[in-house]
Amino acid sequence: MTTGRRRGRRPIALRVAVGTSLVLGLVALALLASLVAPHPPNAQDLGRSQQPPAWLADGAWRNPLGTDQLGRDVLSRLIHGTRVSLIVGAGGVALALSLGLCVGLVAGYARGWVEELTMRLCDVQLALPYLLFVVAVIGVLGPSLANVVLVFGVADFPLFARMARGEVLRLQAAAFVEAAVATGSSQLRIVTRHVLPNMAAVLAVVSAFEMAAMILYEAGVGFLGLSVPPSVPSWGNMLADGRNYLTTSWWIATFPGLAILTATLGINLMGDWLRGR
Amino acid sequence: MTAYLLGRLGQSVLAVGCVLILVFFMVRLTGDPAVLMVSRDATAAEVDAFRTAMGFDRPWAVQFAEFLGRAVRGDFGRSLQYQSSAWGLIVERLPATLELAVAGLLFAVLVGVPLGILAATRPNSVWDALAQGVSLLAQALPAYWVGLVLIIVLSVKLGLLPVAGRSGFASLVMPMVTLGLGVLGRLTQLTRAVMLDVLHQDYVRTAHSKGLGPGAVHYRHALGNAAIPLVTLIGVNFGYMLGGAVLIESVFSWPGVGRLAAQAIFQRDFPLVQAVAFFASLVVVTVNLATDLAYGLLNPAVRRQ
Repeated sequence: MTTGRRRGRRPIALRVAVGTSLVLGLVALALLASLVAPHPPNAQDLGRSQQPPAWLADGAWRNPLGTDQLGRDVLSRLIHGTRVSLIVGAGGVALALSLGLCVGLVAGYARGWVEELTMRLCDVQLALPYLLFVVAVIGVLGPSLANVVLVFGVADFPLFARMARGEVLRLQAAAFVEAAVATGSSQLRIVTRHVLPNMAAVLAVVSAFEMAAMILYEAGVGFLGLSVPPSVPSWGNMLADGRNYLTTSWWIATFPGLAILTATLGINLMGDWLRGR
Repeated sequence: MTAYLLGRLGQSVLAVGCVLILVFFMVRLTGDPAVLMVSRDATAAEVDAFRTAMGFDRPWAVQFAEFLGRAVRGDFGRSLQYQSSAWGLIVERLPATLELAVAGLLFAVLVGVPLGILAATRPNSVWDALAQGVSLLAQALPAYWVGLVLIIVLSVKLGLLPVAGRSGFASLVMPMVTLGLGVLGRLTQLTRAVMLDVLHQDYVRTAHSKGLGPGAVHYRHALGNAAIPLVTLIGVNFGYMLGGAVLIESVFSWPGVGRLAAQAIFQRDFPLVQAVAFFASLVVVTVNLATDLAYGLLNPAVRRQ
């Protein structure tokens, strides 16, 4: 029995292929939303409200996935909703990563009370009820896409700060960093040439999983009505709409959920692959 | 060990204190409760009177000093919405949340751990594929959406289970599965990973060779030694669940702390929000502390350090 078999590693190529094509597909949909979507996402047609998907008895191919309570096309809203989710995921992670990297590097290098203080503040942030934080910030700044990105970035940065600090401590003890110090490299050079590249892999994996998590959270707070304004087509807003029509029109809430599943599954599969490397 | 314990305890108290301070100022940033609490056709004078009666017109510093003084004594004031003790409301809702959290975790552990062990002991088998599929899906599925789909299928279409509320075991089934699903996914994955690591260690081979059955070897010897990361995962999630599964309690109208928190936040019920936030952070911090201490119980090597 080889080690590979004993450890239960399966050929990973299929998963990467599936993950990558799901993610690329969603990115393409987000970019080309206006071209691909059969109708404008907010076009109402009250005469055709709550139409079932095309393959059901009363459905029509004009609205392949049916319409919502205002007669808006579910498929078109779904396609446009891709934008919100991807922007929140990518933007939130980018913000959390850059904030966390700064704080983590400073903490790891400064040590002493600076390190102690920043890390304890991170603990506080992580003990803070998430929803309350979201409501407070959205309440003050108003519901908008930029503010949602801001909330998620700030809420999530302690995680990255902790990881970055841990990596700094680990790498400072590494032989190649000691060698660079001994040969007289400047601290800036050591950080940019040795420390950052060596923590990139770990941070990339965490970024992928956090991106998936943020897409889930965004739809979750959207479901509570705390994300982007109701007029913006987003998966969370669609879920919130559909919730009130579960008994009559199951498709309004069902398809956004499948879209979220597709996005998080794709990103998680890519993250798994990154972790395996 | 005592110094370590005291240090960890001090850190925990400090963290909860900081959360209280942050929350106090945060809720005041979200807006004026007087406008929301008073009926819509109240005059400006009536709104002012309410504000004065509640003490919201005083300087923040004064309100804060009073708030801290009371909080230390466990008094979080009266809920604006319910007109009763904020802390009392939480205590009243706690059994429902506790019941849901315990049920959700039990579901996750009873399904996830055996599945992970099956996968690890039979790599590349059907069980392994099933375990990996379950863990991948369970982590990618939005839980609140699973809740909605369960309601559509099991309640609306088939009429098997009650749609919402808390009325005996039947009403617990869907919230339990929904809440436990995410943990189930992570737990299956983690159990599989740690068991794969442990299974070819010498003491497991010894246990096999002295003639113990696979059940005893896998569950007593291997799992016992692989348990620390699993306990951490379970502990952390228990903390979050007790703090209130806001979304899931909202989906199923489960009368727990999470739904109370959501209502308090939306109604700007300041005293109640502060009390819930205090409770949630207290639970998270306590569970983290308890998890750290559990390491010592599970692993004598940690205890000696």
